[in-house]
Amino acid sequence: MMAPSRNRRPGFSRRAQYSLFLGYVIAVAGSLVGAVLLALATLDPPAFAALRASMAEVTTPVSSGIAGVGRGIAAIPSSIGSYVAVHDKNVALQKELDDIHAMLMRARSLSYENRRLKALLQMREHTAGPVVAARLVSSSASSTRRYAVLNAGSWQGVKTGQPVRGPEGLIGRILETGPNSARVLLLSDPESIVPVRRTRDGLPALAAGRGDGLLDIRSATSANIGFEKDDVFVTSGAGGIYSPNVPVARVIKRSRDIALARTFAQPDTLDFALVQQAFMPEAPPVPVVAPPVTTRKK
Amino acid sequence: MRAPTRGPFDAAPPPAAARMLPAASVVIGSLITIWPFITSFPILPPLGLMMLLGWRLTRPGVFPIWAPLPLGFFDDLISGQPLGNAMLLWTLCFFMVDLIDQRLVFRDFWQDWLIASGAFGFCLLAGRLIATPLSAHVDTVLLLQCAIACLLFPLVARLCIWLDRKRQGTT
Repeated sequence: MMAPSRNRRPGFSRRAQYSLFLGYVIAVAGSLVGAVLLALATLDPPAFAALRASMAEVTTPVSSGIAGVGRGIAAIPSSIGSYVAVHDKNVALQKELDDIHAMLMRARSLSYENRRLKALLQMREHTAGPVVAARLVSSSASSTRRYAVLNAGSWQGVKTGQPVRGPEGLIGRILETGPNSARVLLLSDPESIVPVRRTRDGLPALAAGRGDGLLDIRSATSANIGFEKDDVFVTSGAGGIYSPNVPVARVIKRSRDIALARTFAQPDTLDFALVQQAFMPEAPPVPVVAPPVTTRKK
Repeated sequence: MRAPTRGPFDAAPPPAAARMLPAASVVIGSLITIWPFITSFPILPPLGLMMLLGWRLTRPGVFPIWAPLPLGFFDDLISGQPLGNAMLLWTLCFFMVDLIDQRLVFRDFWQDWLIASGAFGFCLLAGRLIATPLSAHVDTVLLLQCAIACLLFPLVARLCIWLDRKRQGTT
């Protein structure tokens, strides 16, 4: 048993009584202010972005410093291993190179043919150029929202709404930017929705985050669509944020209307994340000329 | 306003660093989330809140009743929850603990642990309802996070007691 935890009456000192009372007044008023701030932040999520961004400016260098040390330590076993296995690896790579050479030749000719056909169609290819490659340094590990902090900001040309991708696939998009840091909304966040299509048949769908690391994929056009296991979904470019054909997710269970899917990119501080220009397809020039042609044919 | 004069037999007031230590430990608890570690679901317990309640329940006189406001504001800036979330919820927790202090005057650690567990459950659940839409599938993970927080509380309470001893120089 502990002693009475606290004597609430501070004695006969008026000053002590007043300061205790004032403490309660401040606490009640402050919690009301907190409730108002919370309502504002819920109704208008980017409202306090500047405050958070300035805090992230301070924390990002710390995180990236710790991450750098971690990377150095993590690299030690692999570099020792690579010294040991260098001969076997060399032979294997040599063989792989020979195998790939033939495929490369074929791919080159296909790429050339593709370029020629596209030029023939006068299709204006909008390539979403990269803005900057940076590392994700930390994440909202204790919150139910899924944010990460990127080690680059508006000074590096990062703007709100730009997509972020990793080597394996899409990671998310920029939500708030500071001078040297940015907040990324990850794909698995419950409020993230990405327009995607199935690689097999081009079926348009929406990939929505669930909050537990997986995505829900639902068809954008019609109900009663079957999803097979290992169906691969890539961005469709609809909506104008994400450039098309970036891998997003793979379905992990066969299901009917809504399919569970796992993202290709598993965000990690060890890898680079590439910020790209927001993809905004310009209106192709062909349809503008097309209507008079069709009317003449009638 | 004149500071009360110190009598010749009163203890010397602790230096500034010792007075700031509890608040600093809560801030450091909140700052654990900047550790370079990308999680795909919420797994880190709310360490800022845990430190705050650890201090409040083991050393009741350390924090004034309004202390959760600035500490919660700081936590909101880095935790990813909407601003005002921790300010409001942490202060409500302090009010609840204050009320319980009046009713249940003699307590031992088990009851403190129960109070702290209730506070963690309340803050995590309310934070989830505020921050994420109801359709999100985070509830199982949230339960896990809550359990981790509750199980870690004795450790945090011991840490607070140890820090308090260091602070007063009695080791």
